[in-house]
Amino acid sequence: MKKLLTMLFGIVALCGLLFFTSHQLSESQGSVTTKNTLNLFNWGDYIDPVLIKKFEKETGYHVQYETFDSNEAMYTKIKQGGTSYDLAIPSDYMIEKMRKAHLLLPIDRSKLTNFKNLDPLFLHKSFDEENRYSVPYFWGTLGIIYNDRKVQANEMQHWQDLWNPKWRDSLMLVDSARDIMGMALISQGHSVNTTNTAEMVAAQKKLDQLSGNVKAIVADEIKLYMIQNEAPIAVTWSGEASEMLAGNSHLHYVVPNEGGNLWFDNMVIPKTAKNKKAAYAFMNFMLRPQNAAQNAEYVGYATPNKAAKQLLPASVRNDRQFYPPESTIKKLEVYADLGATKVEEYNDLFLKFKMYRQ
Amino acid sequence: MKKTRSFFMIPYLAWILLFVLAPLILILYQSFTNSAGQFTLQNYVTYGTSWVYLKMSLNSFWYALLITIVTLLISYPTAYFLSKTKRQQLWLLLIILPTWINLLLKTYAFIGLFSQTGSVNQFLTFVGIGPKQLLFSDSSFLLVASYIEIPFMILPIYNAIVQLDPALVNASRDLGATNFQTFRKVIFPLTLSGVKAGVQAVFIPSLSLFMVTRLIGGNRVITLGTAIEEHFMTTMNWGMGSTIGVILIVMMFIIMFLTNDRKKKHREVMADEKETL
Repeated sequence: MKKLLTMLFGIVALCGLLFFTSHQLSESQGSVTTKNTLNLFNWGDYIDPVLIKKFEKETGYHVQYETFDSNEAMYTKIKQGGTSYDLAIPSDYMIEKMRKAHLLLPIDRSKLTNFKNLDPLFLHKSFDEENRYSVPYFWGTLGIIYNDRKVQANEMQHWQDLWNPKWRDSLMLVDSARDIMGMALISQGHSVNTTNTAEMVAAQKKLDQLSGNVKAIVADEIKLYMIQNEAPIAVTWSGEASEMLAGNSHLHYVVPNEGGNLWFDNMVIPKTAKNKKAAYAFMNFMLRPQNAAQNAEYVGYATPNKAAKQLLPASVRNDRQFYPPESTIKKLEVYADLGATKVEEYNDLFLKFKMYRQ
Repeated sequence: MKKTRSFFMIPYLAWILLFVLAPLILILYQSFTNSAGQFTLQNYVTYGTSWVYLKMSLNSFWYALLITIVTLLISYPTAYFLSKTKRQQLWLLLIILPTWINLLLKTYAFIGLFSQTGSVNQFLTFVGIGPKQLLFSDSSFLLVASYIEIPFMILPIYNAIVQLDPALVNASRDLGATNFQTFRKVIFPLTLSGVKAGVQAVFIPSLSLFMVTRLIGGNRVITLGTAIEEHFMTTMNWGMGSTIGVILIVMMFIIMFLTNDRKKKHREVMADEKETL
């Protein structure tokens, strides 16, 4: 009995000792203090690691890179405020939501010397009209990806083409309520941001008709499946599409010119920021044309940086799939934050569609 | 001595309190709140009046039942023959081994097997049947879910069969019962406790399987797990998500109650009932 007790206390004492020494070590090293650290909160694999090294070398800041896998997870973490992130990269509707929840700090434009490099086409969007809180990082679209061994290019140009009975059991959809409902709304000539219940229900009814063509509603696995020719057609985002194209030369990506979604991932400074100076330094660094171009080549998404786009190889910058013509871009809509009740309505209708079986 | 014994209860009690009771209470509390954090019964009203949620619950129950039946049909004979073989420990190890591998990894392996260019379809092409759509169907979902759950069914049944006194079986034969009669009237009733434990271990987790519904079922199979994930991750309506969680917990308690090994007398009555059926 006594032996056990001494063991128990021994372990507790050892834990305490280890904790104390590790605390001492991190103090004495002095590497991780708020003053010389940039806490960056970003999506996984969404920046060229070489650029982080370059930034650290150039400015002397140490970059603490943390990742999230959904806007909602990021929101929860920033709201709870456990870690003081200096810079985060959420998507459009989430920026609006965070702004409304007073979780963002306004950005002082005078400190952003490289802001002028950005293409005005991607500024002043509805989620942040004056770009007071956010600076574009990447942008993209929602579109259709098809395999040219099964589908002719002229058969797949518009959202309506998906409803063709020829594609029975051939479609893969991303598991995202706003995107799939949005695509049905566009095909009926409505806005992707509609809050009109009748229009939303009509969109769900239209999706029910698509049900026979749908093979699966999946998430990230869609990449794997399309590359392995599991399905000939999928609805997905441009960023995912560029990765699929790299893996299978028979795949092509189309952004229907009647409209669709234009999405953004922008840099913001959350309220939790402790080192705003580092955040500005990083934004300026990333807005520099060479760096933005290098990052775009690594990640494979479209850059909103006009000067950087010119530095990209011609085959990339003239690629209609990922840099659609201005006339198409102007028709695309950015998702607005519709508030909790409407978001739920969208999700409930989408769930109904998922459960619908012909 | 009594004092020290209660002292050693502390880690256990702390564990139960922190990781079992506290989360349960939190879920229950959340289920009675709306997104503004006020008290409401609305979530339960929504659940009770929405055909979508009711259908989803029936779906969950139905698929869990199918998985349980499939695993039981395979496991009972397996466990029975396992108890008769030599090198039982080795065979047991082989059955337990797959449970050491991460669930997601196993599921992804099935994607590789079942896809259009996967090994199964290659074999089908080789024997002249041609590639078939295997993924995203009810049958593939049932197969993968059963594969995952099977060890949890075999082990309790095996334990019950091993504990069965062989003298009883011999006595039954000596008294003139046929093999089938022996099985029906002696072996099965006496190993029923193992079957019940297995049913609990399989049915309850099957109710809320959700990664498999997406990866193998392609979201063509929708269960309550899908709805919970959606409410926590997308709509951020934690209240509604918790409500569905509470419903699941209630369903689990019902299963526990139905399959619980109550007093011995009661069990005999139930065995008798089975006979009259």
